[in-house]
Amino acid sequence: MTWDWDYAFGIMPALWQGFQLTLLITFSAFAVSLVLGLVVAVFRFLKIPGLLQLLNFYVSFIRGTPLLVQAYFVFFVLPYYGIVIDAVPTAILVLGINYSAYMAEVFRSGIEQLPKGQWEAARALSIGTRRTWVRIVIPQAVFPIIPVIGNYLIQMFKDSAILSAITVLELLGTSLQLGSRTFRYLEPITLTGLLFLSISFPSSLLVRRLEKRYGSTH
Amino acid sequence: MTIQVTLLGIALTVVVAFVAGLSGLSKYWFIRWPSYVFVEFFRGSGLIVQMFWLFFALPLFGINLPPLVAGVLALGLNMGAYGSEIVRGTIASRPKGQTEASIALGLSRTQRLWRILIPQSIPAMLPPFGNVMIDLLKNTSLVSLVTVADLTWAADTIRTNTGQTVEAFLAILVLYYLLSLLLGRLVDFLERAFALERKAHGVSRNRTLWGVLTK
Repeated sequence: MTWDWDYAFGIMPALWQGFQLTLLITFSAFAVSLVLGLVVAVFRFLKIPGLLQLLNFYVSFIRGTPLLVQAYFVFFVLPYYGIVIDAVPTAILVLGINYSAYMAEVFRSGIEQLPKGQWEAARALSIGTRRTWVRIVIPQAVFPIIPVIGNYLIQMFKDSAILSAITVLELLGTSLQLGSRTFRYLEPITLTGLLFLSISFPSSLLVRRLEKRYGSTH
Repeated sequence: MTIQVTLLGIALTVVVAFVAGLSGLSKYWFIRWPSYVFVEFFRGSGLIVQMFWLFFALPLFGINLPPLVAGVLALGLNMGAYGSEIVRGTIASRPKGQTEASIALGLSRTQRLWRILIPQSIPAMLPPFGNVMIDLLKNTSLVSLVTVADLTWAADTIRTNTGQTVEAFLAILVLYYLLSLLLGRLVDFLERAFALERKAHGVSRNRTLWGVLTK
């Protein structure tokens, strides 16, 4: 069996559709993970008894279980409780929540790296707690972790393919569907791999350059 | 089955990581370049896509891999590519003096690598390798998609056969969590074992120094 160019060109439009959905899922989930991760990181820092243990468990449990199983769990189990969400929003939610646990750790490392003097200076200038967080701590904590966050974004992009397992027709889901329809898996899956590579390889070079500029933090 | 896949995967990952990582340090471009291409290719295109490729596309070339082999191969090559960066990075970051001292002592390149640089780099490699192993454990769940009957596959089978979806998935979530905690503990233990050895060296050196000073 050899590579069929006509077929390869024929499936391009469908793959392009899938690719757009992959990008949509990746970036929406990225937004979810950033917001949720920051909230978790800040609340962990406040060290409220009970809540702290809960959040620590949240982070370690999500980091300790596979994304695929989490996706299955949300997709198959929630309908039992009357909560029916479409596959795509489920995918965004699952990927976003999964990476929020990683982001929380990244933000924590960013916050911990901040010299103590910054907190003390903020207090000496009698800046309120909220203002200290929003205007002083977070802006400074974000800079050194930009490359790390970039790496996670690339990883989310690649991991979004796992969500094809819960019937999301993103890039991989589309190519598997094409393959099962024609029994020609070679072209769609090869093209899918190359498409992923063509985005994530240049992006990772970019992140490496950012790392050099902001100094590696890990 | 999940444990079996994980162990096989770890073995292959370590081999791939060392082969690719050490070739990345080679002084010959024709060894260094293939290693670079291999690492970037496998890190860039996503594990699940690679697994499906091995499973669906290779048979079209007449190579029929059993699902388990395809799954473990994809895991090992992918995680090995990540691991090779750890191997390369830690060895490359050994102080230059170590290399210079080995040259001064007349050790060959091979001796320098195997007797001096690799043993010294192991403690630094352990924590990042631990993360790779935990990732690998979680990624074994993907082999269920290429029909290997692992933990995730079992839960999915229970779902379709009995409809006890909640129990099945809750159970495997907890199981995976326990397994990764266990693996994390194991890595902690190894780290401590290697760190102790280093500390012991430090202490004994201090003692002799103390002995010299008080004599």
